[in-house]
Amino acid sequence: MTERYVMSIDQGTTSTRCILFDHRGRLVSVTQREHKQHFPRPGWVEHDPMEIWRNLERIAPEALAQAGIGPGEVAAVGIANQRETTVLWDRRTGLPVTPAVVWQDTRTGDLVDELARRPDAHVVKDRCGLPLATYFAAPTVRWLLDHTPRLRERAERGEVLFGTMESWLIWNLTGGPDGGVHVTDVTNASRTLLMDLRALSWDPVLLDFFGVPRAMLPEIRPSSETYGTARRVLPGVRIAAALGDQQAALFGQTCFHRGEAKCTYGTGAFLLLNTGTEPVASTHGLLTTVGYQIGDQPAVYALEGSIAITGALVQWFRDRLGIISSAPEIETLARTVDDNGGCYIVPAFSGLFAPHWRSEARGVIVGLTSYITKGHLARAVLEATGWQTREVVDAMNADAGLTLTTLKVDGGMTSDNLLMQFIADVLDVPVVRPMVAETVSLGAAYAAGLAVGYWPDLEVLRGNWHRAGQWLPAMDPQRRESEYGNWRRAVERTLDWIKPPAG
Amino acid sequence: MPGPVQSIERAAAILRLLAQGSGRLGLSEIANSLGLARGTAHGILRTLQLVGFVEQDDATGKYQLGAALLHLGTSYLDVNELRSRAINWADALAARSGEAVRIGTHLQGKVLVVHHVFRPDDSLQTLDVGVLLPMHATAIGKVLLAYDANAAAAAQDSELEQFSRRTIRTPKELARALSGVREVGWAADVDEIAMGEAGVAAPIRGYGGLVVGAMGISGSADRICDAAGRPRGELVSYVRDAARAVSRDLGAARW
Ligand SMILES: Nc1ncnc2c1ncn2[C@@H]1O[C@H](COP(=O)(O)OP(=O)(O)O)[C@@H](O)[C@H]1O
Ligand SMILES: [Mg+2]
Repeated sequence: MTERYVMSIDQGTTSTRCILFDHRGRLVSVTQREHKQHFPRPGWVEHDPMEIWRNLERIAPEALAQAGIGPGEVAAVGIANQRETTVLWDRRTGLPVTPAVVWQDTRTGDLVDELARRPDAHVVKDRCGLPLATYFAAPTVRWLLDHTPRLRERAERGEVLFGTMESWLIWNLTGGPDGGVHVTDVTNASRTLLMDLRALSWDPVLLDFFGVPRAMLPEIRPSSETYGTARRVLPGVRIAAALGDQQAALFGQTCFHRGEAKCTYGTGAFLLLNTGTEPVASTHGLLTTVGYQIGDQPAVYALEGSIAITGALVQWFRDRLGIISSAPEIETLARTVDDNGGCYIVPAFSGLFAPHWRSEARGVIVGLTSYITKGHLARAVLEATGWQTREVVDAMNADAGLTLTTLKVDGGMTSDNLLMQFIADVLDVPVVRPMVAETVSLGAAYAAGLAVGYWPDLEVLRGNWHRAGQWLPAMDPQRRESEYGNWRRAVERTLDWIKPPAG
Repeated sequence: MPGPVQSIERAAAILRLLAQGSGRLGLSEIANSLGLARGTAHGILRTLQLVGFVEQDDATGKYQLGAALLHLGTSYLDVNELRSRAINWADALAARSGEAVRIGTHLQGKVLVVHHVFRPDDSLQTLDVGVLLPMHATAIGKVLLAYDANAAAAAQDSELEQFSRRTIRTPKELARALSGVREVGWAADVDEIAMGEAGVAAPIRGYGGLVVGAMGISGSADRICDAAGRPRGELVSYVRDAARAVSRDLGAARW
């Protein structure tokens, strides 16, 4: 049978997508399903791993049907996933032992403070390149082990497995309890706080620091390599790539050279800069992370500016406040007014990520007067994404000692014209969208296609990149500066909100 | 003449019921009030929910009138949502055809460009979103007129601006062109907005087949048309396939 397409699975924070791409990197079919966000307590965010697996079981065959093909015509499947979100499951039954704890969850705040006070706390940043924060997987695993009866013994015996979403899906696709392959890739492993960033292996010192048993961890593999063959949902299809969604987008934007960068706008927003085969340490609040690794080639590293809440603020407006009924309506509502009316929203829902890293910060709406309408609030929602981008771009310019001249963007929020224009305005550089808005998916497909020889090399992939849209800066510089000043004052008001427990 | 359609009568009765009193009713309450089997009532409610006329409360499972019913008079699909739902297919169409793609909706006798994808040759191009185009001289506009009797009538009564010697001149010519569009399910403009420029467009449909916009390619007539000056069949099918894919996504079952 001829293998005509490559499939990607994008297991995102909001939804799971399945896309088929052809040889020219063009989308042939796409299916998608949102999953529920659970907020059982303030600061807690959970997903149901079974719901996500069932969604995949449903949308993958639908994507094949839409293209009118069978699994035999799929050369390989690549997976991109929401990063850090932690799944623990029973090897024997295949059932999760707790809900998945999402990367935005802040339940480990006190634990992280406690760990940070240990004299040996510096080993974390030294060895894995990341700050100690609630964002990453290791504190979450530790918290679950501490708070779930008998879990630690079972984990030590290897009865309970840990994985981020790609591990969970690959394990299930390759048979689950019946011979499932337990692997992760270097990009996802680089977000756990447990991997030695240079050796690309689990670090015994870090495992010891966090008290995470080795027996529960997956094997670390390159991002682009055949891990196994699917036995369920896509029988016979090779699973040939896995990357964290943000790294997948870097790959999909074909940022293969040092100095190339992109920003992906979804639930959160993530600016990644390719720094070549050497990890670069940040002095301005950025993360050092693995960008990708193709087969046995050296890993490529990246500097990352992570923003926790961008699209999630729109989602909050929709689902929790009920002011709009679909995310894109935020633009319609924002266009009912000319400016923010003096109102600013800083969505520090999970504390502030880059470049601040303040876990005790919480969100604020400032500048409220009787004049403010929901239109102004909608503007402030979109502007929050613009200003948060400005903060990480400033940090990136300072760290990398270069000045960003255009911003390549992708992700669900790039369909918002008002937002894209605002980002160009506040950065004072052109914003460019590539022809495949689903760049996360494209990157996963590229990595899988490379692994199985569907595409010969990176240069061919580069040739597929085209500009689909561009927004040019048009804001008065004085206004830009005064608005940025207001934003920074608003940010100050989020700090020091959560107090350490008394005593 | 066939008699009244029973399921439509029942749907109307359910809406009347929900418009009364507290406005929130459970499935059994609705079924009992109308003397319907639960399964029958559930099927109708699900369809009403799909088109937005009825909403179900997540927590209680009760039904109430949907927001779409309150906005019946206004445009039923937000243009920003249309762009968001179409963006993947618009990109794929640009990549396949090698031409610029636009999505338009009707706004006061003009085509409002709600989405624009550059021609994939990385040349300098400017985003056209928010621009107004003439209806009678563009493929997108002709599609919008062909499936909107009110807009077509208004266009017949207004002056048809001439952009080139090929622009449609008379109401009669326009009427003929529009019925041609309905017959084949797509529209073209060749040398009509400017000499040497051409476009092809097809309707985007929502629930029940309602046309909510049009999607098309445009560019140099040399590339878009064959030697006989007609749009190349391959391009026409790319455009129609893309518009159909968006329609399917929006819930149009048959297109
Ligand atoms: N037109 C829009 N304007 C603003 N935000 C949008 C728009 N469309 C989608 N979003 C937001 O984008 C996010 C979905 O984008 P996506 O790239 O799928 O995210 P993720 O991969 O994190 O799940 C949601 O948070 C949603 O609120
Ligand atoms: Mg995503």
